[in-house]
Amino acid sequence: MADRPKRFVTVGKNLRKVDGTALITGKPEFVADLQLPNTLHVKILGSPYAHARITSIDVRDAEAMPGVVCVLTHLNTPATRHTTAGQGYPEPSPYDTRMFENKVRFVGDRVAAVAAESEAIAEAALKVIRVDYEELPAVLAIDEARVDGAPVIHDEADSTGIYDAGRNIVADVDIDVGDVAAGFAESDEIVEMTCETQYAQHTPIETHVVLSYLDSANRLVLRTSTQVPFHVRRIVAQTLDIPMQQIRVIKPRIGGGFGTKQEILLEDIVGLITLRTGQPALISLSRQEEFAASRTRHPMRVRVKLGANSDGRLNAIEMEATSNTGAYGSHGLTVLANTGSKTLPLYNKAPHAHFYGQAIYTNLPVGGAYRGYGATQGYYPLEMAMDELAVRLNMDPIDLRTLNHIRVGETSPIFEKLGEGREGVSQTVKSCELPRCIEIGAERIGWAKKRGKRLKIGPWVHGVGMSIMMQGSGIPEIDMAAATIKMNEDGSFNLLIGATDLGTGSDTILAQIAAEVLGVPLTKMLVTSSDTDYTPFDVGAYASSTTYVSGMAVQKAAEQVRDQIRAVAAPLLKAEAERLELRDDAVHDPSGDQVSLARVCQRAMYETDQFQIGATASCVPTESPPPFLANFAEVAVNTETGKVKVVHYVAAVDCGVAINPHMAEGQMEGAIVNGIGYALTEEMILSSKGRVRNPSFFDYKIPGMLDVPPMDIILVESYEPTGPMGAKSVGEIGINGPIPTIANAIYDAVGVRLTETPFTPERVLNAMKAVSG
Amino acid sequence: MTMTLTINGKKRTLTIDPGEKLLDVLRREGYMGVKKGCGAGDCGACAVLFNGRAVNSCLVFAAKAEGAEILTIEGLATGEVLHPVQEAFLQEGAVQCGYCTPGMVMATIDLLSRNPDPSEPEIREALSGNLCRCTGYVKQVNAVQRAAEWMKGGETRG
Repeated sequence: MADRPKRFVTVGKNLRKVDGTALITGKPEFVADLQLPNTLHVKILGSPYAHARITSIDVRDAEAMPGVVCVLTHLNTPATRHTTAGQGYPEPSPYDTRMFENKVRFVGDRVAAVAAESEAIAEAALKVIRVDYEELPAVLAIDEARVDGAPVIHDEADSTGIYDAGRNIVADVDIDVGDVAAGFAESDEIVEMTCETQYAQHTPIETHVVLSYLDSANRLVLRTSTQVPFHVRRIVAQTLDIPMQQIRVIKPRIGGGFGTKQEILLEDIVGLITLRTGQPALISLSRQEEFAASRTRHPMRVRVKLGANSDGRLNAIEMEATSNTGAYGSHGLTVLANTGSKTLPLYNKAPHAHFYGQAIYTNLPVGGAYRGYGATQGYYPLEMAMDELAVRLNMDPIDLRTLNHIRVGETSPIFEKLGEGREGVSQTVKSCELPRCIEIGAERIGWAKKRGKRLKIGPWVHGVGMSIMMQGSGIPEIDMAAATIKMNEDGSFNLLIGATDLGTGSDTILAQIAAEVLGVPLTKMLVTSSDTDYTPFDVGAYASSTTYVSGMAVQKAAEQVRDQIRAVAAPLLKAEAERLELRDDAVHDPSGDQVSLARVCQRAMYETDQFQIGATASCVPTESPPPFLANFAEVAVNTETGKVKVVHYVAAVDCGVAINPHMAEGQMEGAIVNGIGYALTEEMILSSKGRVRNPSFFDYKIPGMLDVPPMDIILVESYEPTGPMGAKSVGEIGINGPIPTIANAIYDAVGVRLTETPFTPERVLNAMKAVSG
Repeated sequence: MTMTLTINGKKRTLTIDPGEKLLDVLRREGYMGVKKGCGAGDCGACAVLFNGRAVNSCLVFAAKAEGAEILTIEGLATGEVLHPVQEAFLQEGAVQCGYCTPGMVMATIDLLSRNPDPSEPEIREALSGNLCRCTGYVKQVNAVQRAAEWMKGGETRG
C-alpha cells in the first residue's frame, strides 16, 4: 500500500458522468443524430453464398434508378489489401481484405454498395444489381479447414501476414515453459478437458453507424461509432490510398461497442462515397445486417490438460486452442495468443506449461475483438478442469486455487513468452487481493453450507460453483495514450484526450484523475475526447487499457500542469514552489496563505512571464497489471427440462483503486450479464450453407431485466503502485466468469460436465442422460 | 398525407408517407432522443409515450398518431430541472452509453404513472422490453425505486 495518499478528494467518488445530462435529456449526441442536408443513404449488397467468385456484375439498372447517386463494386474501388482490425501499427492481423473483391468468402460478404437519396431507394437499387456467381466449395466447420483438398479461402497472391494460406491457417502459436511431458509423467493426477464455444455477438444497442462529409477545406470528416478513432484515420487512408491529413475522425457519443467497434467496418465505404460525390453519406446497419455481417466472438475448441501432485500442487498445464476466425483474419492471431497469455500466468506455480494453437479460416461470419478477447474461451476449460481436479483429489476447489494462484511479488514466465501475438513483457505482480476476493465471495454465496448439498425443490436441484481469473490492463510496450491539459483564466481546465468513451464512463474517470491532481472539483474539468484533429493520440478503447494507460497519461499531464501552477504561484505566495499544495480551487502554502487558481492563471496569461499553462503527456506502459476476480454462482437445474437458472451470482474483483465505484461496478455488472447470456442463451445459429438463421433480438436472446439473477459485485480494493491513483482496468474481466462458474455449479448440482456452450436445456438433459445412461 | 398531433406539448402538423413509422417521423422532425436499436419492437430503445403509455415507436405507423399526445425524452425536463426519473438515473449511475436510456426512462414514467410504488419484480416486468447491453440492470432498478420514492413525496427532483 506504499504511496497511497491518505485520502482522495475526487477519486473514489460516485460522481455523475460528465456527459450524463446530455444523455439523459436525449441531446443529439450520437452519430446518426446529426442531420446534414443532401445526405446520401448507403446500403450494402451482401453475398448470398458462403464462398463464390463473382464472374460478372452489372450495376447499370441500379445506377439508372432515379435517386441513386453512386454505386461501388470491386470494379471501381481501390484494391489495397488491409485488415479491418483496429490495432496498433503494424497490425498483427493479416492484410487479407479488400474494400470489394471479385471473390466472396461468407454469407453477407460485401458485393456492392449503393448511395441514394433515401434508404428506400438504396434498398430498391440493391435488388436490381445483377451478379453472376460461380459458387465454390465452402469450409463450413473448423474440422474441414485443414484437411487435404480443402477449399482454399484466401488463394489470392497479394494477401500478406497469413501463416499458411494454402491450409487456411491464419496464425500459429506455440510456446513452452519447462517440459510438460516430464511434468505430466511426475504427476499423481491428470485431468483433461476439451470445451467448445459458440458463435456469439456483441450486440451493442447502437449498431455500426458512420456519417461522412467534407469540411470547408474539402477534407473528409468521418463521424463514426468507433472504439479506435486514430486507427480509423490510418486504416481508411491506407485503404482509400489518400493522404492521412485529408481525414478527420470524430467519435461522438457511442451506443456501446464491446470490441465490435474496434473494427474499421464501414468507414471506407461512406468515405469513398463522400469523396466521389461531395455529399454527406450515412450508413447505419440494420440489426439483421449487424448479425449477418459485422463481427463475432471467435468460436473456439480449447483442450486443457492439468497434471498435479496428490497434494494439489500443479506440475504441468497444457492448453491447445483452435480458433475459428471466419472468412477474414481480423484479430485472429492476437485473440488466440490471449487465450493462453491471459489465463496461464494465473497458475504460475506449475513449473511446466505449454500453449499452442492455430487460428483458422472458414467461410463463416468473421471473428473480431470481443470483450475478454480469447481469455473468455480459455478460462472455460481451464476453470472446469481445475474443478474436476479438485474432485479427483478430494479437495475443496477453493483450496486447490489458493494453493496454485499467483500472488504479489511473483511472476510467471508466460508474461515474457507470450504477448500480443509475439513475445510478451516480463512483469512482477505488484497488487493482488485475490485471496480476499475468494474469501469474501465464498462467504457471500454461502459456499461452505451449500456446496455438495444438492438441495432439491421440486424438479430443481441446486448447486454452487466458483472460478478465479485475471486479465490485464492494456498492452505493455505497445499501447500508447496521450493527454493534453490547458488552463483557462477562470481556473477551469480543458482536458483533451484521444481516449474513447464508448459508454464506459472514461471521459468522467479521466477527468476525476486530473481533478484529483489539480485540486479542483470535477465541474472545472472540460472534457473533449476522441477527435483526431483536436485531441492527442490514443490507441483507443480496447485491451482494458483506458483506465490504466490513458489514466496514467492524464495523471502525468496533470502533474506537469500542477508544477507549472506552483511555479507561477510561488512568487505570489512568497513560498517555495515545492511546498505548495493544490486544493479547493487554490494554491496553498504551509503557513495557510492561499491564492486562487484563477488568479494564478491570470498572472500567467496577462501579467508576468506570460505563457499558456498546459502540458501534453504520454504513457507507454511497461507492464500490464492484472485485475483479479473470484466468481461464485448458485444455480438451480431442472432435472425434468434441463433448464438452468442462475439463482445468485457473486463477483469479488480487485481492480486496484476504483476511480468511480459506480462505473467500476457498472463494468462488472454489464460484463457478467453479457457472460450469463453467453453461457445460457446466446448463439448465432448457422444454416448448412453458412447463413445466420437468427439475426434478430427475437431469435438471438440477450438477457433482459427478467433474465438476470440477483448479483453481488464487490470491489475489493488494492493499490496498484504503477497505476494512476492506484487503479487497474476492469472493462473485460467480468465476462470470463459466468461460463466456468455456472458450469461448475451445474456439476455440483447434477454431476455433469458441460463442454459445449450455451448450456441450453437440450444440452443439459443430454449430458444428464449420458451420465445416468 | 398531413397529420396533426401533439409532441412534447406542442401541436405539430406534419407531412408523412402513409407507410412511415412513428420512430422515423420523430427522428426526421429532430427528436433524436428517440433511438433505433432493432426496428422490430424487440429492444425498446425507441419507446415514447403515446397518450401516456409507452410504445415502441418503430412498430407504430405515424398515421396512427393523428390527434395523439406524444411525449419523448426531450419533453421531460423543465428548463434546467430534470424529471425525477432522469435525475434518479443519473444519481444511481444507471446510464452507461445512454443509448437505451431514453426508452427505459419513458417506460419507467409509464410504469410509475400506473403504479407509483412498484415492487422490484414489477419494475423488472415493466422494463423487460427495454434491452441494455452495457449494464446488468442493477442500477436501473435502483433508479426506478429512487424515482418512485421522490415522486411519492411530491419532490420534483432529488
